[in-house]
Amino acid sequence: MSVKLSASALAIAAVSATSALARDNVQIAGSSTVLPYASIVAEAFGENTDFPTPVVESGGSSSGLKRFCEGVGENTIDIANSSRPIREAEIAACAENGVTDIIEVRIGYDGIVFASQQSGPDFNAFVPADIYNAIGAQVMKDGALVENDYQTWSEFNGDLPDAEIAMFIPGTKHGTREVFEEQVLLAGCEATGAMEAMIAGGMSEDDAEDSCLDVRQDGKSVDIDGDYTETLARIDANTNGIGVFGLAFYENNTDKLKVATMSGVAPSTETIASGEYPVSRPLFFYVKKAHIGVIPGLKDFAQFFVADELAGPNGPLAQYGLVSDPELAKTQQAVADEKVMGADL
Amino acid sequence: MTDASMDSAPTKGRLTTVDARTKKRNAAEKRFKAYGLTAILIGLFFLVVLAVSILRSGLPAFTQANVQVEFTLSQDEYDAAEGQMLKTKAYENLFIAALENQLEERGLEVDFDAAAIERLLGKTGGTIREFFLENPDRIGTPVTFDLAASSRVDGYLKGRVTRESVVDSRFLMVSDLDLVDALRDAGIITSGFNWNFITGSDSGVDNPGGAGIGVSVIGSFFMMLVVLALSLPIGVAASIYLEEFAPQNWFTDLIEVNISNLAAVPSIVFGILGLAVFIQFMHLPQSAPLVGGLVLTLMTLPTIIISTRASLKSVPPSIREAALGVGASKMQTVFHHVLPLAAPGILTGTIIGLAQALGETAPLLLIGMVGFIARAYPEGVASGFIDPNSAMPAQIYTWASRADPGFYEKAWGGIIILLIFLLTMNIIAIILRRRFERRW
Repeated sequence: MSVKLSASALAIAAVSATSALARDNVQIAGSSTVLPYASIVAEAFGENTDFPTPVVESGGSSSGLKRFCEGVGENTIDIANSSRPIREAEIAACAENGVTDIIEVRIGYDGIVFASQQSGPDFNAFVPADIYNAIGAQVMKDGALVENDYQTWSEFNGDLPDAEIAMFIPGTKHGTREVFEEQVLLAGCEATGAMEAMIAGGMSEDDAEDSCLDVRQDGKSVDIDGDYTETLARIDANTNGIGVFGLAFYENNTDKLKVATMSGVAPSTETIASGEYPVSRPLFFYVKKAHIGVIPGLKDFAQFFVADELAGPNGPLAQYGLVSDPELAKTQQAVADEKVMGADL
Repeated sequence: MTDASMDSAPTKGRLTTVDARTKKRNAAEKRFKAYGLTAILIGLFFLVVLAVSILRSGLPAFTQANVQVEFTLSQDEYDAAEGQMLKTKAYENLFIAALENQLEERGLEVDFDAAAIERLLGKTGGTIREFFLENPDRIGTPVTFDLAASSRVDGYLKGRVTRESVVDSRFLMVSDLDLVDALRDAGIITSGFNWNFITGSDSGVDNPGGAGIGVSVIGSFFMMLVVLALSLPIGVAASIYLEEFAPQNWFTDLIEVNISNLAAVPSIVFGILGLAVFIQFMHLPQSAPLVGGLVLTLMTLPTIIISTRASLKSVPPSIREAALGVGASKMQTVFHHVLPLAAPGILTGTIIGLAQALGETAPLLLIGMVGFIARAYPEGVASGFIDPNSAMPAQIYTWASRADPGFYEKAWGGIIILLIFLLTMNIIAIILRRRFERRW
């Protein structure tokens, strides 16, 4: 059949054409927190240079870094976005696959905010201990370490509303989760004395830290594996729900969300930059040095990203909600020099 | 019927009089009809709810608030802007200055400053730069630009944003809305049909006004070309062999069972397979419609094979026997008689398979077609297959996960466009079946 022949000829032609063509666009994947910033930069990069617009995929920091570490070559990504620093284990996995020279680029800081429904109760007296008491697996009650059976916020902090506990926290594949664990759960665990009690109960310090990060499994705390829009939808459906968001996402949805203060400070780019607001984290992207010079525009893109015009305090990224890095000049220099991780300063 | 009941029948009276048992049977029938009708009504109710909610949320995406300004760019300004790193920002500032001048000339009685005007505008620099790069002869002459307003202003004109809802927002002040009202009365801000939404490409997260679905429609189109070119010939050849030529033995039974199983495999599995085979092993490019098409081919093949076999089976054996009887070979019988008669059924199955593939997102997640893939239109057929592109459902998914509510609206608008495509394909399938199908 001639139709069949021409169809398969077309397919063969298409396949053979691809193997001859080199990829000319930068390929990026990773953190959904960095994605908005990366897409702003990618669009501007396409509009302002002669290079094609880079492709930015989402999926979470861990999955991005995993793909980053799959190896060197055109069928692997060039840049991994991450909302947490790369782990030792990931560097080792990278090295195993031949990805040895990694350039770490810090683009700025992002605040983690707790927000609830606009029409719901006010949460204005949060400290990390409250969050731990609400969702930790084991909490201090009357001086003893017990399984968490708190039902409402007012049970452990009279300043908080008498509302049922319902937290929506980022799932484990998100970099945000790690920051949440370290800066909120662990801090709360120490502050409530639960950690001390665990160590007194015969646990080693490391084990105690691990158990501090366990969250209760009775449905009061829900892991959200999707994006912030999913968290927003859950909050929308639950008057008492409190969700964990990035600052930029909250600022885009102030008509639906009400932000909770943390240790008495309301989150904003200013309070995060000054360090008054306690829960924030740096955002990164990682560049595969072996791809520089192979993939056209890769280094230009990295430099474009951290340029003052974009990542600076008056750039479009700051306008969208990124807290710009006071040490941006140092980062720009490091990118220009292609300084890889582990190299001497 | 037993003898007893037959004996008792005459004593119960005539056929026309309704006795208790007949009443009961009639009532049961009525009840059953009522159940059926209720089921249909419930189905229709949900259909209406769905259609209304899609249309209500999605139709606003087809209009867009625009700011109209006449703007003269001098050669010096052009050179200065091109000399900068962020050229688009320079053009944006020039545009803002021009708008500010125009407002002062008109003598509008509201307070405003450059920052307020900047808050009203969407990202305009890219469009302006592109225009002057393509039309360098227009530098120095007045050009009227009709550019997208910011997503909040757009929402204000559509009623999505109100004075109350911007109180906490740092993207738009309540006082800015007075300026918007004044500009609207002066005819500078207008609301018009959003052609860019239908023809444009994806945009950065801070620029919902510039987002369009056009480029991803092209991505879907190239994917469907691959699916059609591969799955139709392979599917039809496999079905003809299995149905007409293959001996009935354990091996063909095994194949049959596996095809039915494949049809029920979740589509994400094909995505993982595609990632491992096409990208990691065969080194085909990531995010390419070619790979997307190959993955969707795997998914569509079982559907096409099953429907093709069904339509081959429905051709009566007498046709084959008659052809064989007048001396046709097995192959002549199949290609001259059976296949033409089965063709409408095969086409219908193929179109429905394609429609299913068109709406599929999950496998595309794994081969890099979901994300920010803003691109210009492909430059030719080859680049259409190979250059990174998204697909309609993937684009909708991407928009739905963005922070700005303007994108949420765009996602619903995208759903309307996707539904129009699906509806068209299904209608074509129905028409083909009606016109060409033969019944025995």
